[in-house]
Amino acid sequence: MIMAGLVVFVLAVLSPFWFNLITSTQAAPKPELLGKAAKVKKCVLDKYEMRAEHMYLLDVWRDSVVRDAARKYTGTNGETFNMSLSTGENSCLGCHEDKAKFCDSCHDYASVSPYCWECHTNPKEIE
Amino acid sequence: MMIKSRRSFLKVAGIAAIGMGAAPVMNLAASESQGSALPKMEKNEEALHAKRWGMLIDTSKLTEDVVEAIKDACHKSHNVPDFTIEPDAEKYSGTRPVREGQEIKWIWDEHFHYAFPDKEDEFLAEKFHDLPFLVTCNHCKNPPCVQACPTQATFKREDGIVIMDYHRCIGCRFCMAACPYGSRNFNFRDPRPFIEETDPDFPTRSKGVVEKCNLCAERLAKGEQPHCVEASEGAIVVGDLEDPESEIRHLLAEHYTIRRKQSLGTEPSVYYIV
Repeated sequence: MIMAGLVVFVLAVLSPFWFNLITSTQAAPKPELLGKAAKVKKCVLDKYEMRAEHMYLLDVWRDSVVRDAARKYTGTNGETFNMSLSTGENSCLGCHEDKAKFCDSCHDYASVSPYCWECHTNPKEIE
Repeated sequence: MMIKSRRSFLKVAGIAAIGMGAAPVMNLAASESQGSALPKMEKNEEALHAKRWGMLIDTSKLTEDVVEAIKDACHKSHNVPDFTIEPDAEKYSGTRPVREGQEIKWIWDEHFHYAFPDKEDEFLAEKFHDLPFLVTCNHCKNPPCVQACPTQATFKREDGIVIMDYHRCIGCRFCMAACPYGSRNFNFRDPRPFIEETDPDFPTRSKGVVEKCNLCAERLAKGEQPHCVEASEGAIVVGDLEDPESEIRHLLAEHYTIRRKQSLGTEPSVYYIV
């Protein structure tokens, strides 16, 4: 009687593992470097910093552009960027041309919904 | 076995202390020779600068056509919604009909007696009754909207432009109540369905924020004159009010000019030649 109860208990406790065994999990999608970004391969920060810190960077950029009118960013790697999400060649989307594959795929996976695009526009979406 | 005297111990300790103190100095010298490792944020080289931006509108050069062209150029390029248009039924299905009288505007024409209520005389010269007066944000030296804003979403830039950080706007509309010129409008609804052609060079706004003229800060940063100046065929001049050699100051010295509701003490930066 005790043994049967124990078996049921162990089965129940380990249920997340059983669940994982029978369902397939998707690996986190990798942001795809397409077009210009794939060729240039030089971003504002290095890859891992960019993955972890891009939201803080954008926050700093926003304050700099709106409040100090400083729109030119020279990174530690000596490259100069136009501090803009979507306007012009040298902006984020100017280089990372495909928003769906670069921004959205990760954001969707991580279930974050930044409200950037409520105002900022993706030039590709405007016919 | 080594026997250390107190004297030799203190000598070594002293030299070690000097060495430790020197390390940061050496590091600093080394990093300076490699150039600064910190990222730099600068203004564009081609940007136009002023101590205090101001605008001068020559009302004698304003015709209906010019006024329309100016409004159009400003509103199109800043993605200002036009609530008189029918939204694209396919793209924005289920858009509620617009309540009458709803509008958003950055620059618009106004009758003299609304624009300058304190200057209306009993026997006002005839021509003022139908002249279109262009009005916009006055970019006041002493802006009441900035004082009213609880989040510092509206602020005065160091070059005198009163500008908004739409990211920070919480939609409380205190600024609209504070502005004596009606220069501010609230987005009661998502403006996107009512933008005929979205200009990719400027963001739209979202529901729940106030918006107004930004004196084309994005163009000044690129070394270009504001849209209204370009479309005005010489009727509008934008320049530095604090620079006695600037074109705007020369024009101000030559002509009699008025400003809107001067008695309120907001010190508007938009002048009118009448």
